[in-house]
Amino acid sequence: MIELFPDLPVGYLVMLGALLIPVVPRRLVGPYMLALPVLGLVQLWSLPLGHTVDLSLAGLEIQPTRVDRLSRIFGTIFHMAALLGALYALHVKDRLQHVAALVYAGSAIAAAFAGDLISLFINWELTAISSVFLIWARRTERAYTVGLRYLVIQVLSGVLLLAGAISWYAETGSLAFERMELSGIGSWLIFLSFGIKAAFPFLHNWLQDAYPEATVTGTVFLSAFTTKLAIYALCRGFAGTELLIPIGATMTAFPIFFAVIENDMRRVLAYSLNNQLGYMVVGIGIGTEMSINGTAAHAFAHIIYKALLFMSMGAVLHRVGTIKAAELGGLYKSMPLTTVFCMIGALAISAFPFLSGFVSKSMIMTAAADEHYTITFVVLLFASAGVCDHSGIKIPFFTFFAHDSGKRCKEAPINMLLAMGTAAALCVLIGIFPDYLYALLPHDVAYNAYTVTHVVTQLQLLMFAGLAFGVMMRAGIYPPELNAVNIDFDWTYRRAIPALWSQLRTGLVVADQTFRRDYLARTASLLVSGSRETYSPKGRMGEPWATGPSSLIAAVLLGAFLLLYYF
Amino acid sequence: MTLHLPAIAILLPLLSAPICVAVRHALVTRLLTVAVGWGSLAVSGELLRQALSGAPIHYELGGFAPPLGIEYVIDTTTGYVLVIVSTIAAVVFSFGATTRGAALPAGREHLYYGAMLLCLAGLLGMTITGDAFNVFVFLEISSLSSYALIGLGQDRRAPVAAFSYLIMGTIGGTFFLLGIGFLYQATGTLNMADMAERLASLHRSRTVHVAFGFLTVGLSLKLAVFPLHQWLPNAYARAPAVISAFLSATATKVMYYVLVRMIFTIFGATFVFGKMGMDMALVPLSLGAMFVGSLAAIFQTDLKRLLAYSSVAQIGYMTLGLSFNSVNGLTGGLAHLFNHALMKGGLFLAVACLVYRVGSSRLDDLAGLGKCMPITSAAFVTGGLALIGVPATVGFISKWYLVLAALETGQYLFAGLILLSSLLAVAYVLRVVEVLYFKAPKSPDVREAPVSLLLPTWILIGATVVFGLRTELTAGLARSAAMQLLGAGS
Repeated sequence: MIELFPDLPVGYLVMLGALLIPVVPRRLVGPYMLALPVLGLVQLWSLPLGHTVDLSLAGLEIQPTRVDRLSRIFGTIFHMAALLGALYALHVKDRLQHVAALVYAGSAIAAAFAGDLISLFINWELTAISSVFLIWARRTERAYTVGLRYLVIQVLSGVLLLAGAISWYAETGSLAFERMELSGIGSWLIFLSFGIKAAFPFLHNWLQDAYPEATVTGTVFLSAFTTKLAIYALCRGFAGTELLIPIGATMTAFPIFFAVIENDMRRVLAYSLNNQLGYMVVGIGIGTEMSINGTAAHAFAHIIYKALLFMSMGAVLHRVGTIKAAELGGLYKSMPLTTVFCMIGALAISAFPFLSGFVSKSMIMTAAADEHYTITFVVLLFASAGVCDHSGIKIPFFTFFAHDSGKRCKEAPINMLLAMGTAAALCVLIGIFPDYLYALLPHDVAYNAYTVTHVVTQLQLLMFAGLAFGVMMRAGIYPPELNAVNIDFDWTYRRAIPALWSQLRTGLVVADQTFRRDYLARTASLLVSGSRETYSPKGRMGEPWATGPSSLIAAVLLGAFLLLYYF
Repeated sequence: MTLHLPAIAILLPLLSAPICVAVRHALVTRLLTVAVGWGSLAVSGELLRQALSGAPIHYELGGFAPPLGIEYVIDTTTGYVLVIVSTIAAVVFSFGATTRGAALPAGREHLYYGAMLLCLAGLLGMTITGDAFNVFVFLEISSLSSYALIGLGQDRRAPVAAFSYLIMGTIGGTFFLLGIGFLYQATGTLNMADMAERLASLHRSRTVHVAFGFLTVGLSLKLAVFPLHQWLPNAYARAPAVISAFLSATATKVMYYVLVRMIFTIFGATFVFGKMGMDMALVPLSLGAMFVGSLAAIFQTDLKRLLAYSSVAQIGYMTLGLSFNSVNGLTGGLAHLFNHALMKGGLFLAVACLVYRVGSSRLDDLAGLGKCMPITSAAFVTGGLALIGVPATVGFISKWYLVLAALETGQYLFAGLILLSSLLAVAYVLRVVEVLYFKAPKSPDVREAPVSLLLPTWILIGATVVFGLRTELTAGLARSAAMQLLGAGS
C-alpha cells in the first residue's frame, strides 16, 4: 500500500490543517472540517505497523510517531470522534471554536502516537491549551473562570509530566515512552500527571467542573479526548500496575452517588464519564492481554456512546436553552429522533446486549473474574447497576419523558441528527458485529461476549436496576413533589430512610461542592487573593520604590556580601 | 582591515554618534544609524567566526602592549555576546528608523540616534575589552546614554524615572569602580588576564575579599538582581517602547556577561564558589527574583511594566544557572542570554506597535486588539509562549538546561521551583491574551501596524521559534562558551 505523508507525524495533518480554517472560504469550511479527520484516518491506515518518524530536537532524539496496535486503535477512534464532533458542530459559525476543536483533536491524536516523553509532553500541553478555548468560547464570565481553573489543572498535569520526563531521563538516560515501573521520582511524577488527566479520585473535580460549562459542541469534543488520552498513556506506561485496580474500582463506584443527585444533565454525564474511566483503569491495572484488550475496546466503544449522549443533551440545550432536569420532560414529542438516539446511547452505556457497551465492558469484567479479583468484580457489578440507573434511565427519562414540562421546540438541526445517527449506528454495529472491533485490539485474543452466562447475568442486572427505578417512581405521590423529584431524584429514598438519607445527601452535596468549587477555586486563587495586595502596582513588591530605600538596600546587601565573604 | 576589526567594532558606533548630533538632519542620521547597526552585526559576526576557528583574538589598542596598554580579547563567549548585542541593535535601529517607530517629537531625533549609537558603543566595548578599568569606562558611556534615552520618553514622568535610574546606576557604577580600585591596589594591574594570574596567590587577602564584595553588589545593581531590581520596571515602563526593547535585550545581558567574566576569568570559580560561597547568596536571590518578578508581573496594569517585571524574573533564571557552577547550568544561563534578548526585544517591539496605534500601553486600553491588529497580537502571543518556555520556542531550550543542571546535582527542589515559576509566566501571559482576544474592543476601527514596524518585530519573534527548533547556534555556542569559561576558571 502507498504510504500517505510518511514523514508527517500522525495527527499533525488535522492539527496543522485546522490552523487554515480561518482562511478557508465560508462555503467550504464544512467540507474542509470533515475532510481533515478523514484524510488523517487514511494517512494512519496507510502506514504499516512499526512505522516511525524520528527527529532530533535540541540534541535529543525524539520520535513524534510510532505506529503500533495500541496507538493505532486509539488513533482510529480519535479520528472518528473528531469526524463525529466536526459533523455535529457544522452549524456553528464561530471559527475560533472550529480551530480550537480540531487542533485539540489533532494534538490528542499526535499524543497517542508519541514514541518519547518529550513529544508526549508537547502534545499533552497542546491539548490542554487548545481545549480551554472550547470552554471560553461560551463567552460568559462563569465560563471564563471555570476555563481558567480547568487550564491551571491541565497545565499543572503537563508540568508534572515534563518534570517527570526530565527526572526519568536523568535516572535512566532514555526518553522513550515505554512501560515503566513505579519506582523513583520520575515515574511517580509521570503517574501523577496521567492520574490528573484520567480524573483519579480526588484529582477528578476539574472534569465535572469544566465539561458542563463548555459550549454545546465543545463538550462533545472534550468528552472524547482528554481523559481517553490519559487512559492510553496509562495503558502504555503503567499496564499491570496493581495500584490502579483499587483506584479504578473507586472511580467506578463513587461518582454514582453524585450522578444520582445531580440536576444538570451534562454534569450527570460528566460523573458517569468518571465511572466509565474507572472500568478502563481497572483493566489497565489487571494488565493481562485480555484486560488491556478490554480497556482498549471499552475506550473505543465508550468514546462513541459518550459522545452520543453528550450530543443528545447538547441538542436539547441548543433547542430548549436549559439542561436542568427539573425544567425538562416530555420532549419526546418535539424531538423524537433525538430521543431514539439518546436511548440507544443510554442502553449502550448500560451495557445492554447487542450494543457496544456490552461487548467491551464484559471483557474487563471477565478479566477481573479470571484473575480472581473478587472484591473488584463485585464493585464493578454494583457500578454497572448504578450506570444503568443514572445514565441508562435517568438521562432519557427525565429529559424526554417524565412529566411534560410543556416545552415545545424544533427537532435538532440536520447535521446534529446526522452525527447522532452515525454514532447510534456505530453503537449498534459494534454490538452486533464485535469481531470487527476485536480485530483492532492490541493483542490477539479469542473472545466471545455472547455466552449464555454473560447475557443472562447482564440482563438480570439491568432488569433489576430497571425494576428498582420503577418501584421508586411508583411509590411516590406525584403532583406536589414533582419538582423535587426532578431536581434530586432522591425522594423515595428519603421517604424510606428519611433521616439517614438526608444527612448522607447533605454530606455528599457539601463534599461535592467543597471539592468541585471551593477546593478548585482555592487552589487556583490561593496565590491570587494573598498576593494581590503585595504585588499589585500599589503593593509593596509591585510598586517601584523610591531611590532612598533602594540605595539603602544596596548598602545593606553590600554589608551582607562583605560579611559572607569575610567568613 | 581584518587586523583592526576589534577596534572597528567599537569605533564604528562611537564615532558615528557625534556625526549624528552634528548633522542634525533627520533622514541622514536615520540611515546612518541603521547602516551602523547592520555594519556592527557584520563585524561582530566576523569576529565570532574568527574566535571560533582558532585561539582567542588578542588586539593591542594603539599598539601599546598590555599590561600597560589596553587589550581587546575576543573568545567564544565574547563573540557570542557581541553578536547578540549587535543583532538586537540592527533590528531595533531598523524599527526606529521611521519616526513612527521611535515615537519621538520631531526635531530631537538626532539626539535619540546619537544616544542609541553611544549606548551601543558602550555595550560592545564592555564586552570586548580585556581591561578591567576600561570596562568601567564603557559602562559609564552606555549608562549615561541610556539615562538620556529613558529621559527622552514622551511620558511626563520619564525624566523622573531616568533620574532615579541615574542615581541607582551611579551607585552601581561607583561600587564597581571601588572594586576595581581595590583589585588594582592588591594586584597592581588592570589587565584581566594579568589580574587573574596574580590573584591566584592572593586568595586570603582581605583587600581582594572586599573588592569582590563591591564588584558583586555593583554588578548586581546594574544587572537588576533581586532585590536591587527596583530601578528597572520604572525605567523600562516610562521609556518609549522601542528604547525599552533595545535596553532590555542588551543592557542587562552585557552586565550578565561582565559578571560571568568577573567570576570565571578574573577570580576563578574555585575562589568564587569554593572560598567565598557566592552561590549561597546568589541562589536565594535568584529564586526571589523568579517569584517576586513573576508575581509582580501578574498584577501589573501596564503592559510595559508587566514585561519589565517579567525581565526581573528572567534575570533570576540566568543568575540561577550561573550559580550552579556547572557546564549545563552555565549553558542554560548563556543560552537564556540570547533567547531572552530575542523574546523580550520582540515583545517590546510588539508593544511599540500597539502603542503606535493606540497611544497607550495600559492593559485597559488594549482590550480586543486581537481583532484589529491580528499580526501584532500574534507576535505578542508567540513571544509570550517563548517566555513561558513552551517547547519549539527558545524559552524551552534554556529551561531544559537549567532543569537538567538542577537535577544532575540532585537539587530536585530547584527543578520544581523553575517549573513552578513557569506556571506564573503562564498566568501573566494569559492575562494579556485574555485582554487582547476576549475583551470587547474599545475602538473597533484601529488598523494594523505598518509593515515597517511589523517586519523587525517578526524578525525577532520568528527567531524565537526558529532557534527553538534549530539549537546548534544558541545552545551549541553557549555550551562551548560555558566549557571554555569553566576550563579557564578552575
